[in-house]
Formats: sequence, C-alpha cells, structure tokens
Amino acid sequence: MFLSMNWIKDFVDLSGLDELKLINQFSLSTAEVENDIQFKGSDISGIVVAEIKSVENHPESKKLHLLKVDIGEEALVDVVCGAPNVRVGMKTAFAKVGAKIGEIEITPRPLAGFMSCGMCCSEKEIGISDDHSGIMEITDDVKNGTDLKEIYAIDDIIFEVDNKSLTNRPDLWSHYGIAREFAAIAQRPLRSLEFDDLTAYNSLPAVDMKIEDPLCYRYSCLQFENISRSVSPVDMRIRLFYCGMRAINFLADMTNYLMLEMGQPMHAFDSRKVENIRIKRFDHDFDFQTLDGVERHIDTDTLMICNGDTPVAIAGIMGGLDSEIVEDTHTLTLESATFDAASIRKSTVRLSHRTDASMRYEKSLDPELTTAAIARFVYLLKQYDSAVQVVSALTDDYAYHYPEVTLSFDKAYVDKYTGIEIDNDTILSTLTRLGFTASCDSDNFEVKVPSWRATKDVTIKADIIEEITRIYGYDNFEIHTANAPLFPTRPEPVKKDEDNVKDILVKHFNLHELHSYVWNYVDELKELGIANVGEIKLMNASNPNIETIRKTMIPTQLCQVRSNLGFAPSFGIFEVGRIVAGMTDDNLCIEEKKLGITLYRKGSDIRSLYFEMKEIVETLVDELKHKSVSYEKLDPTFDFEHPVNLNAVIVDGAVLGRIGMIHPSVMKKLDKRAVVVFAEIDMDKFAAIENDSIRYVGPSKFPGIEIDLSFLTSRFAPIKKAIENAACELIRGVDVIDIYEADENSSIAVRLTFSDNTRTLTREEVAQVVDGIVGELEQNGITLKK
Amino acid sequence: MKEKLEQLKAQLGAELAAAVDGQTLESLRVKYLGKKGSITDLLKGMKSLSNDEKKTFGQLVNNLKQTAAESISQRAEELKKLEIEREIESTPEFDLTIPVRADRGSYHPITLVQRECERIFTTMGFNVEDYPEVVTDYECFEAVNVPKDHPARDMQDTYYLENGELLKSQTSAAQNAILKKYGKQLMEDGMPIRAIFPGRCFRNEATDATHENTFFQMEGVMVDKDISISNLIYFMKTMLSEVFQKDVKVRLRPGFFPFVEPGFELDISCLICGGETGCPSCNHSGWLELCPCGMIHPEVLKEGGIDPEKYTGFAFGLGLTRLAMMKYGIKDIRDLNSGSLKVMSQFTDDK
Repeated sequence: MFLSMNWIKDFVDLSGLDELKLINQFSLSTAEVENDIQFKGSDISGIVVAEIKSVENHPESKKLHLLKVDIGEEALVDVVCGAPNVRVGMKTAFAKVGAKIGEIEITPRPLAGFMSCGMCCSEKEIGISDDHSGIMEITDDVKNGTDLKEIYAIDDIIFEVDNKSLTNRPDLWSHYGIAREFAAIAQRPLRSLEFDDLTAYNSLPAVDMKIEDPLCYRYSCLQFENISRSVSPVDMRIRLFYCGMRAINFLADMTNYLMLEMGQPMHAFDSRKVENIRIKRFDHDFDFQTLDGVERHIDTDTLMICNGDTPVAIAGIMGGLDSEIVEDTHTLTLESATFDAASIRKSTVRLSHRTDASMRYEKSLDPELTTAAIARFVYLLKQYDSAVQVVSALTDDYAYHYPEVTLSFDKAYVDKYTGIEIDNDTILSTLTRLGFTASCDSDNFEVKVPSWRATKDVTIKADIIEEITRIYGYDNFEIHTANAPLFPTRPEPVKKDEDNVKDILVKHFNLHELHSYVWNYVDELKELGIANVGEIKLMNASNPNIETIRKTMIPTQLCQVRSNLGFAPSFGIFEVGRIVAGMTDDNLCIEEKKLGITLYRKGSDIRSLYFEMKEIVETLVDELKHKSVSYEKLDPTFDFEHPVNLNAVIVDGAVLGRIGMIHPSVMKKLDKRAVVVFAEIDMDKFAAIENDSIRYVGPSKFPGIEIDLSFLTSRFAPIKKAIENAACELIRGVDVIDIYEADENSSIAVRLTFSDNTRTLTREEVAQVVDGIVGELEQNGITLKK
Repeated sequence: MKEKLEQLKAQLGAELAAAVDGQTLESLRVKYLGKKGSITDLLKGMKSLSNDEKKTFGQLVNNLKQTAAESISQRAEELKKLEIEREIESTPEFDLTIPVRADRGSYHPITLVQRECERIFTTMGFNVEDYPEVVTDYECFEAVNVPKDHPARDMQDTYYLENGELLKSQTSAAQNAILKKYGKQLMEDGMPIRAIFPGRCFRNEATDATHENTFFQMEGVMVDKDISISNLIYFMKTMLSEVFQKDVKVRLRPGFFPFVEPGFELDISCLICGGETGCPSCNHSGWLELCPCGMIHPEVLKEGGIDPEKYTGFAFGLGLTRLAMMKYGIKDIRDLNSGSLKVMSQFTDDK
C-alpha cells in the first residue's frame, strides 16, 4: 500500500519534524516501510499555468500547431506543440524556459522550422497521472503564470508498506489509521475527520434493504442524485495516482478516495437496479458477470448482494456489470458494509480474484466505519459538487456487533513483560494517543479497546504490552540476561547419534551428505524402472509428479547417483531423512527417521563394495554402541532390491535396517558398467540400542598362543558357528587371514588367538579346544586343508 | 722378510683404497687375515726362524695383522659413510606441485550451520530436540494459536496429506510438544524451559532462486518466571553475535505471528556494510531481516499446560537455510536440494 505524507498531514500536524525520520520510526513502531521512498514533484520545477491565446496549424505538419501562450508575462510566448487537444482559451501546464522535468532543462530551440520557447505538458509529463493523450487541461480559475506547485499538491513524499505487514491491522489500511500512528509516534494530536450530518435525512424514505445472511455484519446505504461533476478535482486525482490508483470518474474516484482515506470500501449502484437490496447466499451455483466484464462462477458459499433474487454484486469483492453506473443513471445507491472476513477471503481464493476491497474486508474491518464513511463521503461530495442531493434516509442494518473489549492489568504485569521500567504516565498517554480509553488507579489500569482495534487485533493483555512497547521503541530498551537457574542440557539420543554417524561417514568413509525431498519424483523413478514407492499422498501437490511421500530413501538416492554419474568413478552418498512407512490403525502416518547410504563404483566387483558397506555399518555400530552386528537373509520388499544378498542388519536382536544390492533390471538402466550397494538404517532404532561402552582389559603378562587353521570351504558361517559353539573364554581373537576362492578347492584360513591373563596356556588345552572345533566342522563335511 | 712385510702393508693399503663395497672388503679381509691369508701365511713361514728372530718377526707380523685389521675396519666405516652419502645423494627430491588425490567426504551445508547453532545454544543451556516432519493440524496450527480462519491454513501454503495430517510448515509445530515435555520440570523443579528444535519445513509454493518448498528452520523457546522482552533482545543479540562471530546490532520491529504477542521481525545490522552506509547486499537499508520472534502467546502457553499468569517466555525461528546461504554466499536456494555432488562436495568441514 502506498501512502501519501500530504494526506497523513491532513490529520496530524507534523510541522517542524523530520518526516523521513518519522517514516523510519513508523517502520520500527508499526509496520515496515519499503526502501524506495519517492519524493514526488522533486524533479519538476518551473511549470506554470499558461493560457493558449492563439493556435495556428504548422504549414508542413498535420500534427504540429504553432501556439502563442500567456504565462503571465508581458509578452506572449511562442510554442510549437504536437498535442491534439489544443484550443484557444484553454489553460494548461507549461514548462517555461529554465524549467526542469527530470533530467531535461527547457531551453528555447527550433522545432520543425519554428522557435519553441517552452513546452505544454501532459499530466504524465508532470508525473501526476498516466494521461498522455493530450496536454493537461486546467479548469480551475487560476492566474496565468502561477507555479503549478502553488495550486496543486504535486510535491509529496510517498512511501510503501507491504500489505503483508498489515495483515493483522485492519485500521492501517487507510491514511487516517496511519495518521493515528504518526500522531502517537510524533506525540502530536490527531485531528478529527469532518463529516456531513446524516441525521438531517432521517425524514426521507429509507432504502428497501435487508440482511438475510449472518455473513453480513452490517449494511449501510444512502441514495442521492444530481451529480453534475464528472472529473475529480486535480488534487484528488494526484493523491489517487500517487497511491497507485487511476482516476476514472468523479464518483468512482470518490469511493476509491474514501477507501484510501478511511479504509472502508464502498460501491455505488444505479438505484434502478437495486430497488430491494438483499444480502444472501444462493442454494445453487451460477455464473455472474462482474463490472470488469469477466464471467465468474459463483458457488453456494459466496455471499452476494442482490436486488430481490437477482445478484448485483459479489459481496466485498466486486460489483456486477448490470448494476453499474451508466450515462443515464439518475439516482445512485451508495453501499458501505461489513462482511465476515474469513468468508470474503475464502471467496476470493475460490474466485481467484482479489480486489482492493476484498483485501481490506479479509482483515476484519471495523463495522463502526460504514456509516462514518458515508457521512464523510457526503461531506466531501458536497464540497466538490454543491448540486448533489441526498434522497434517502441513512438506511443501516447492524446485524452483528463485535463484543466490546475491556482489559485490566497492573503495572507489575507491564514490568514483568517488558523487563524495563516504563512509567504510568507514559503507558497512559501512549494508549490514549492510539485511541484506547485508558485509566489508571494506583498502578491498576483499565483499558477499553477502540472499535477499530477490537475486531480481532487487540483481545488480551499481552496485546496492550505490544501497544505500549512499540511506541516506547524497542531501540530504547535496556537489555539484560535472564535470571534463570542453570541445569545440564541433555541432547536427544537420536540427535547425538545422528551427529556422530555423520562424522564417521564423512571423516572415516569419505561419503557425501546430500539432501533430497520427502516425496518421490515419480518421473525420475520411472526412468530407472522403479515403481512409485509410497502409500500416502499429498492432497494439494501443485505437481502430480511429487504427490507421493516416499516409503524408503533408497530410490531417491539412486536418482541422485544417476545424476552424479560423471562425478567420480567411485563415490558414496548418505542422508538422514524421513519416510512414511505406513499408516497406523488410526490412519496416522508412521514416520520414520532413516539413514540412507548408497555406494557406487565403476566395475563389476560387487562383493568388495558390499563388504565396504558391511564395514561402514559395523563401524557405526561398533563406534557408537560397542556392539557387533549380525545379519539375516531378507526377502525383497521393493522392486529395486536385488533378491540375492538382501540382509537385515541386526544388533541386540533388533532389526535396525537392511543392506542390499540393486535389482539387475534397475542397474541396467542406472549404469551397466558399475555396481551399487545400499543400506537403510532406522535412526530411532539405532538410538535405542544401548551403548555397551568400552570394557577395559589390562595387558596380559602371559604369552598367548596363535593357531592358524585352513578349512576347505567357501563359507565362513559354519566355521564361525563352530567357534562360537566351542564357547571357550580363552579365545580372544578370531581373524580370517586368507580366503582362497576356486571352483572346488576354496579355502578359508582362520587365526585363533588364545590367551589368559593369569597363566601361561598349555599346548594341550588349546589343542583340545581346536580339536573340538575341527571335529564339529568335520561332522559337517568341512575338513582341514592338508 | 721385512721387505715382504712392507710390501704386504703397501699392497693392502693400495687394495683397501681401491675397495668400494663391503664384498671387496670382506674378500680383502680373507685374503690377508683369513686362515690362508697372506699375513697368516707369514706367521706360518716363521717356523724356519730362530727364536729371537721369531720373537722380533712375530711381533712385527702381529703388529701388521693388527694394523691390517684396523685399516680394514676403518675402511669399512668409511665405506658405510660413503654408502649413506651416496644414498642421500641419490635420494630424489619430490615435486610437491603435483596434486594429491583429495578424497574427502562432505557435509551438507545445512548440517554445518545447524551444528554451529546447536553448539552455541547448547553452551547457553538449551536442549536440542528432534521432531517429525508429518504433523497434525493441532500441532502445526491449533496448539500454536493459529485460528481456524488464518490464511496460513489455506491450502496454497501448507501441504496436506490425504489423511488430514500435513507436512509441518513451520518448526513452531513442535512448540506444544516441547512445552508439554518440559512443563512439569518447570513447574515442579523450577527448571526453565530452554530448547531449540531444528527441522525441515514445507510450504506449498513455486520454487525459484529464493523460494523452496522444502527448507530448514530452527525454533527456539525459553520459558520461565519473568522472562521479558528485554531478555529476548539480549538473547537474540548474544546468540546472533556468536553465530556471525561479530558484534551484530539487532533491531526489532512489530511483526504479526499468531503464536507470539508481541511479535517481532528481528533485523540485524548488515554483515557487509555494518549498517552504517547501506550496500547492495542489504538493499541499501543497512539492515537484514533475519528472524521472526516474540513473547510466546498466552494461549500457546496455556495449550502447553503452562499458566501464562505465572510464566512468560520467548520464541524465535531462525531460518537455517537462509543462514547457510548467507554464510556461504549461496545465491540459488535450489542448489541445496539439488543433490549435485559437484556443488555439495565442497563442504568438507567448517570447524
């Protein structure tokens, strides 16, 4: 929203104060002012009123005219002018020699063979409207030669406040509301608006009007006729233009002017089209043409203004084309109303049509405004067009009153909330300037909230704190630390583990952490031949491609691998992210926090890559939990999983996740000449594993015995089992020292380390254990290599 | 005989000087001092001499033997030294301009920034919390005083799931749970609630260089008796000065957020120009809008089971994604979720 300092100064005297400084204070106390403050008129000088005394056609040009103009000096001035609307007797804006318009300085110069000593200006050239159809026509009775800035308020400071900063302040959607803030900040009095006395029309007939729907809070209207003026006064047009609106015609400009001044949207109907006004919703959908000529679909939730049963306007949003003011309109009905804010907002969303009016309505406008705005409208109307006649009584249906809000609190409450000392007088004067009715009785305050702040904005004591402190100024706060006792912090176990896991993966295994999205990119999965993996969908995804929440992180990582194929011949990526595993019986999402790791390597040695993953998983478990991992074969759940070597990762009997290979059909699409291994670990389950911590064993004074055994087998599992079955405490270490793979004569060499901290072991007792192990394996057909 | 002695001595001297390796030296030792060596032979040849001669000559031979042994071992020492010298001389100098393979892993920049913030807040007594991404309407909105008709609830901003749950649009969705989790300790043991909860948030909006539908925030709350606006400003200033490693100026402007009252937009003095002059990076205002904050709304406290008449608190929401972009000069927010190793592998560490 653009705001004019001239307009604000109509209501508060800021003389002697630095206006830019005030705007900055407004930014800190009320709402943020955008950076580019405009100094309107500052780039223009030397523009005067000129009267065209003679017009001659240029001998060679059809467009150009040779004018003589009177600029209040002894001699007339010769000007060559190309505007189509020149005529003798017309008064216009004239840039005389020496005048400046932006960067241009006006000098006498020949133009199409004739000297031209100045320039007749269009309104656009002066910067007061976007009208460039001809030169400005001045109809006011002013002396030739008068500087335009003396008669019109061309000089102005315009600043912008982002609408988003005003969402909670319906009262700030107007110059009068903004002026109230400036008055409070500058500690100057706020002037009252001048109104017409509407009670004077009480004896006139009322308008036939009735609210038939609770979504309309208040509807006020008044009829009048005999408007003789069609073009608005220049100053009004300048203000509208500076504030981002185009001047249309006097009546439309007046409603816009009132909206910008008081914040109340208004609408004028042709009275013939609204003989009995009804405000209601319909029980069926229909199409309705708004005054911008667009057919809009109206549903049963959209509140309409109707003439009997004929809709004439979308309440709070836009009028209809049929009821618009036209040439032969004689009597006008002026509407000033308040509607349910949420209903208007939802209607604008459904209609995809937001207007200046609806933007204000959706902020919860003060219903007290409706009649005040009409009174102000009539006051201004009469100022500018004395022939106007009011022909109805003010007709007002005030269906819903917001409750009055009165708040009481004491000084201690303010002290506690602010943490600084703000004295009672400051509190009282601040609130009073902002329109609150405030009183104080020995540190106890009672405050009545003004109607324009009581529609939703100020409802509790804490809101009053904001009023006091923002005007006091946060820059003026003395700041200090809290007097809170100290207690140790206890990080969530899963957060701690997550941090450590990341460190190990990055520092020890050189993996890269990547982020992704919580949904599947279906098209990318399709390219890899992976079905959409996920159950729950987004209801309102803008793109159907991303509507499914992922059930596993791995497909996302496969897509990432695919987009990084050229990065390096070998790399690994990981992410700690979320998935939705399924739904509870109560239809709630089962969200799980997962660690996804995917390793990629050019070549065909899948086994070594798989064992690298095994090392990663076991290192994580060993480092952070001091526990060992076991595996159990799994059947695939997802179509990207290779049915072979899919293993559950088990610690302490709990399945933490799985490691596996990628299904050949996916691998062929991903990269035929590479291998990929993945692991997906549940972080919450990981965190739940108790940390065994380090159990210190002192060095043994007695020598240990190492026994190397080589078995004719390709599988370590039975050897491991036999060693475990031996359940011998003396076995302190089991290492696989050699694996020989051949079609038939595969062998695995194992080194067993025996030791005891209290004595030297004998060959015999060790041999006994070894014989037991060998014997068990022999029974299973696994013999020692000769 | 004497001549022979002298001759042998001279011969040995010459041969030792010519010997340049251990093997030659060993063969010289055998040649002269071995069982069948020349000097040993001399001793053998003494049989024919008289006793006196034997005595004299024997002494001479023994002297020679000793001298020979000494010169051989001396030569051996020399050779060892020579060998070391040769080894040093032959050791090549390396060309350190040849690059090494810098195979290092990398963290996501959000992780780096998040950890730094967590570290700072932890030192100030804040607990780090973890929170899901799928939440209920109650958690995300109702419990934090976002009324039914607030625009934030509109479909175009929040991702709703088919079952009525939603992807959290703000980390404030965790506030209620945090208040409930620590409320008892606050009321019974006087332990102030100090918690931060970093997390991923989602907004249903079109993406461009400055907008993402998926981004990270870090929420912080502190609740105790008598927590004031003055405390809030102090904490924010202190924390942000730590985050940016310089004394930042902060400024508060009124801002409307349903979960706080009063609510603020917090600006910090521009990190580039210091706020004095204004520069392109702060859009010539001298200030950067950094994070919304405020005093926790009494309704939010109440909903969390905490009596707003007894306790007050503040809350803030730091944009971690924004911080990461500021810190590393990332111009396009979409880079962060691009999954591009070429870009992301730069963030090896930042301690």
